Amino acid sequence: MPETLSIIVVETDPERAGLITDSLKDTGLYKITVIPETTGLARRIAEINPDIVLIDMASPSRDMLEELTLASGPLERPVAMFVDRADSSATKAAIDAGVSAYVVDGLRADRIKPIMDAAIARFHMVQRMRTELLTTKRALEERKVIDRAKGLLMKARGLDEDAAYALLRKTAMDQGKKVADVAAALVTAAGLLS
Amino acid sequence: MKAGYIPLVDAAPLIIAREIGFAEEEGLALNLQAAPSWAQLRDQLMMGQIEAAHLLFPMPIAAALGLGGFNTRIDILQVLSLNGNSIGVSRELAQRLRAQGFGFDFADARAAGEALKAARSGPLRVGVPFPFSMHAELLHHWFGALGMTAPDDFEMRTVPPPLMAEALGAGEIDAFCVGAPWGSIAVELGAGELLLPGNAIRTNAPEKVLAVRHDWAEAEPRLTRRLMRAVWQATRWLNSESNLLTAAEILSRPKYLDLPAELIERSLTGDLVISPRGEMRHTPNYMTFHAGAASYPWASQAALVAAKLAARMGLAPEKAIPAARAICRTDLYATNLADLGADLPATRDKHEGALSAPTQVDAAQGRVILPADSFFDGWIFDPPSAS
Repeated sequence: MPETLSIIVVETDPERAGLITDSLKDTGLYKITVIPETTGLARRIAEINPDIVLIDMASPSRDMLEELTLASGPLERPVAMFVDRADSSATKAAIDAGVSAYVVDGLRADRIKPIMDAAIARFHMVQRMRTELLTTKRALEERKVIDRAKGLLMKARGLDEDAAYALLRKTAMDQGKKVADVAAALVTAAGLLS
Repeated sequence: MKAGYIPLVDAAPLIIAREIGFAEEEGLALNLQAAPSWAQLRDQLMMGQIEAAHLLFPMPIAAALGLGGFNTRIDILQVLSLNGNSIGVSRELAQRLRAQGFGFDFADARAAGEALKAARSGPLRVGVPFPFSMHAELLHHWFGALGMTAPDDFEMRTVPPPLMAEALGAGEIDAFCVGAPWGSIAVELGAGELLLPGNAIRTNAPEKVLAVRHDWAEAEPRLTRRLMRAVWQATRWLNSESNLLTAAEILSRPKYLDLPAELIERSLTGDLVISPRGEMRHTPNYMTFHAGAASYPWASQAALVAAKLAARMGLAPEKAIPAARAICRTDLYATNLADLGADLPATRDKHEGALSAPTQVDAAQGRVILPADSFFDGWIFDPPSAS
């Protein structure tokens, strides 16, 4: 029975961190620690001395981990990036999913694989959720601006709602712009003039 | 083609190549992507997700030495910028320096270094953006020349630039060396004060480079040519003072740096605010994009960094230096930029740090005037086995 692997997940958002740790727990018995991205990241990781560090590739803190790959002191353990020695399809999967893993040198591939598989699947999902959330947020904001612009036109020109929207759309088409951009310009201009 | 960059002022040549239309003029559809970290940008380039990248000068050299990342050869097509870094200290350390009577002249590296040595208690903890960076190289040279050694006298820690001010405020580090505009941002946030510009340690240190995969450059000579020409013309445009205001406005856009244009302009013009009290210092040539054959990828510059890295990492210099010299594509520089009027030095090597005044050297055609370039302590690197 090999020793329990110690894994660190670097993640600021507790909800996302929860999702990742849950998925890892399903694949085996690990000691999992979540560290939010802090300025003292490298020091905290060195204190815990884990076998594997998982970090979102979109995190600027990844550069702090780069230092660990250079560890050369007698008490420091060499750390390699998982993707270093993995086959290229696994590497590509990890990069596409946006996860970087730093793994202590000498760890057997069959012990890393289930962890990476779970992490890759989970990071994929987290990334998709993030994109969806961003898109939804933007759509909502755009709708709010368009509604305000419609309101301004209805009041200033005595139009009904459909006619106000038609005017916005025609202007956008004539100028080769998005309806939301024309609406935003109108709202800004109205704000300046009032 | 896709090119990656880190949102810093010295990504300007790539951003200007796209926005002012130099890429379009060359028939190049340049798609720019910001990367969250240097490690990520390097891996994207190595794995083929992007074709070109704005990299720290020592990064392709570290890769050639087998340090970090994957085993993929990265070539340096041209230098994107010289200098542009600033060294700052925490407010507490700044206070102690002032109490010692230090005047914050923002120019004299020896005086600033001696004052720092006297003011520190214990090893000085300094933040740099990446282990393989000119920031680290400059600090190693500066501290080394002052007789300071790691880890007893100083410790270097990697801190991403956007977190530098926070790390300083949280007491994780005592000082930093960081690229523009993050030094100015630390001042704006009241986290620290600026002590020296990078060029106080070395007058004309290469800073960022335009890098591509070696295999890509070989397979796509026409795209490589278009890219180099577009970027080189962007550096020439940036060399004109009347364009700097426009450059600052373009860089400040949300899709690029998303920071106030005024902060960006400070770095472009070298008029830096060095303390939260608003003290100003002017540094000539704080950041250089073009003048004095700045874009030329001197093999001797790479040899210098390789020699230093090899010494620190315990590698054999006789292997490291040729590997680093090989990735400097002076050949492509000559083929692709000669007809644009780029200065073409006749050799691949020079004595690094040996020019106390502007000096004429032989060029492929006529002569080239190289600007002064020296280390603050007068040290000179004589490249071995120059060919």
